[in-house]
Amino acid sequence: MDFSTLIFFLLAGLLVIASLLVVFLRDVVHCALALVAALLIIAIFFVSLHAPTVGILQIMVYAGAVMVLFLFVIMFLNPAVLERPRALWWSAASILALLLGGLLVPLFFNHEPPGDPVASTELFGSPEMLAKSLFGDFVLPFEIASVLLLVAIVGAVVLARRERSAP
Amino acid sequence: MAADYDLLRWIALIPLAVAAFNLFWGRALGRKAAGIIACAALGASFALAFYVFWQLPSNGMFRDLVYSWIDSGSFKVNLAFQVDALTAVMLLIVTGIGFLIHIYSLGYMGHDEDSVRFFVYLNLFVFFMLTLVMADNLLLLFVGWEGVGLCSYLLIGFWYRDPSNAIAGNKAFVVNRIGDWGFILGIFLLVTELARQGVWTLDFAQLQKHASMLSPQAIGLITLLLFIGATGKSAQIPLFVWLPDAMAGPTPVSALIHAATMVTAGVYMTARLHFLFSLAPATLSLIAWIGAATAFFAATIALTQNDIKKVLAYSTVSQLGYMFLAAGLGAFGAAIFHVFTHAFFKACLFLGSGSVIHALDGEQDMRKMGGLKARMPATYWTYLIATLAIAGAPLTAGFFSKDLILWQAFSHGALALWAIGVITAGMTAFYMFRQLFLVFHGESRADAHAQARLHESPAVMTLPLIVLAIGSIFAGWLGAPEYLWGSRWDAWLAAIFAVPEAPHGAATTEIVVTLFTLGVVAIGFSLAYLKYGRAAAPAPERGGLWYRLALDKYYVDEIYDFIFVRPFTALSRFFAEIIDPWVIDGAVNGVAALTRGLSQVWRRLQTGNVQHYAMGLLVGTLALLAYYFSQL
Amino acid sequence: MMPLNYYLILSAVVFAIGVVGVLIRRNLIVVLMSIELMLNAVNLTFIAFSRYLGSMVGQVAVFFVMAVAAAEAVVGLAIIIAVFRQRQSLDPQDMQILKW
Repeated sequence: MDFSTLIFFLLAGLLVIASLLVVFLRDVVHCALALVAALLIIAIFFVSLHAPTVGILQIMVYAGAVMVLFLFVIMFLNPAVLERPRALWWSAASILALLLGGLLVPLFFNHEPPGDPVASTELFGSPEMLAKSLFGDFVLPFEIASVLLLVAIVGAVVLARRERSAP
Repeated sequence: MAADYDLLRWIALIPLAVAAFNLFWGRALGRKAAGIIACAALGASFALAFYVFWQLPSNGMFRDLVYSWIDSGSFKVNLAFQVDALTAVMLLIVTGIGFLIHIYSLGYMGHDEDSVRFFVYLNLFVFFMLTLVMADNLLLLFVGWEGVGLCSYLLIGFWYRDPSNAIAGNKAFVVNRIGDWGFILGIFLLVTELARQGVWTLDFAQLQKHASMLSPQAIGLITLLLFIGATGKSAQIPLFVWLPDAMAGPTPVSALIHAATMVTAGVYMTARLHFLFSLAPATLSLIAWIGAATAFFAATIALTQNDIKKVLAYSTVSQLGYMFLAAGLGAFGAAIFHVFTHAFFKACLFLGSGSVIHALDGEQDMRKMGGLKARMPATYWTYLIATLAIAGAPLTAGFFSKDLILWQAFSHGALALWAIGVITAGMTAFYMFRQLFLVFHGESRADAHAQARLHESPAVMTLPLIVLAIGSIFAGWLGAPEYLWGSRWDAWLAAIFAVPEAPHGAATTEIVVTLFTLGVVAIGFSLAYLKYGRAAAPAPERGGLWYRLALDKYYVDEIYDFIFVRPFTALSRFFAEIIDPWVIDGAVNGVAALTRGLSQVWRRLQTGNVQHYAMGLLVGTLALLAYYFSQL
Repeated sequence: MMPLNYYLILSAVVFAIGVVGVLIRRNLIVVLMSIELMLNAVNLTFIAFSRYLGSMVGQVAVFFVMAVAAAEAVVGLAIIIAVFRQRQSLDPQDMQILKW
């Protein structure tokens, strides 16, 4: 077992633990923090898989902006209620999720991995390569995504407005 | 040999055109003018028919293809007319006698508000009847068959404001329909049986060529079914019950439709399909027996009736029985001959009775008549001539045609049938002279008011009577037996009925048989004279069981009502009140109720909880994965 | 490098855990966070394939997924705020008025 394998399994284990914490912790803020941890671990995986640009973006956008937004809203709303777990429902959901995993995993084993990873160039995963694809082949989705973000902003502002009483 | 002749279609189409014209513009034209053009239409048809008849060689045929109607694979049925010797005879009867009756109707229906409608229906009837006799295939004949049934219904219920007239019309139509059911089944069976042999046709010429291809059972069944149709249309046992009720219609209708033409359609159909019936001896035997039985049965009822038209109605049923008796013996020529002569004298009798009714302001009960001889001479003498003809007095038309039929029965060896026919002839003489004496002789039993208004009918009504009376004598001279001056009739129709009819046998035998018949007829006449002819006021009739039975027409209508009509209406009521609301509506409403019930169950899936929906998504995804998994 | 399968299995496990979270939790914010978890698991799959097939398309896809996930989180949280103002609760059980 060499070093990289060890690191992989370590990180994988941490990721799984973080996910479980997200799902099973009682306090919302604790769940949010566990999610941040999970996102960071995933960013590490991205970088190890020769996608440094996306990895940095993951940290900046996801762990940085989105999770901060989550925390803002949690603080803002300050929900006091702590939930009571329902045994039947929890066990049913867990079993089904196990089934899901159980079905997916062998599927992945059934396919031959595409051999050794393709020898990567220096540039693979760099911002240049990403930008070339983004503004080349995928410029239309790019533009649409920007419109989508605009719409989301407007929508969020409208939805979260306080009701104005008649002047 | 056959020739094409475009003229044929106009014989039928002219009355149709005038009927259509009168339908839309008759009232605008005025009742009198509408009636006159209706008569003119018949006159034109008769002229054309006579012209065609004159041109026709006795073994020839004229054809007129008007329209290609059904053309389905190898099955072709055309709207086509054909005129051979047999059709020519029928054409002359329908148009000639029809023309006379139309003229008569100008007088009889002259005061009626609805006379335009009357002439429309009458012309329409003539159109359908001509289609029937000129059709070159069985299907077109059936179209005419149905059409005359329709017009009969319309005309019987002409004075529809009185519900009993409408009911009589209904009865005629429904009873006819029962016969038509047999007819239709016969047609279907004919087509399929021939198709089995690879022949797809309903043309008479083709049928005649291929008739022998059919199996005896098939022919027997087909002819039986077709004869059922004939019993309906031609009022034989068991479907004769509509004809006496049909007297509810105006008298010209009774004369034209229910004496001279429509009721003879059954005889015509049998003669037209003679080649088929000749191959079915069992059916022919049945036809002969039913004909004889009907003749006898109807005559017994006619003995007792008091309504002047009912006597004539039952007399018609009886004479039709004679025609079927002849057909059943294979003597189709004799049957058609009796159709021909009967048309003359029966029409004359009906029109004469109409004249009497008209003179007495609608009185139809013979017990209230009498002594009309002096006041209505034209009516009386024509009526007398027609009565002599129907009774079979020597040298009248009826004598020749009836004696021919009786001779056919005798020489074929069917002595039982012959005896029934002779006895019926005697009864015919009795009831017809009873009627003559009751109506015209003795003293008048009408009330004073009617007596004061009594008058002879106008010329427009008496002229047709005179023409018909002349025909009642001389029309029969065409078919005289060998020992007199021979029969032109047989020669004319010989080409059609290729099978030679029974040889006339020894002349002496024939003369003896004829004299015997005349004797029986004389007995009938004498009995009538003794009872009704001498006394000024005949004794009122009373009698025992048989008299009452005959007077009440043996309760046939009541029996039919009990056996058929009541169960049928009960069944209908069952369907209407039980099956329809409970089963059919129940099924429809039940489906709705089921849907509603099921939806009450399924709607509980909508819990409103998003997480439940997400669970549903997951379950579905798992199912898909499992399926995919199993396919690997 | 690890065989591709390992990454895929890891991603499947994280995805399943996210599903559990969506189904179980009675706090809407945690449900939304579980959805983010699922999306990230899918991103991991994309990047793994991108590496192993040598194609940039996977990374471009992740780029877009991230953009959409951000937008979705924003709008989702806005909705949660609006609903909270109405019902004073974040429990899905309290939002069942669209039931039969």
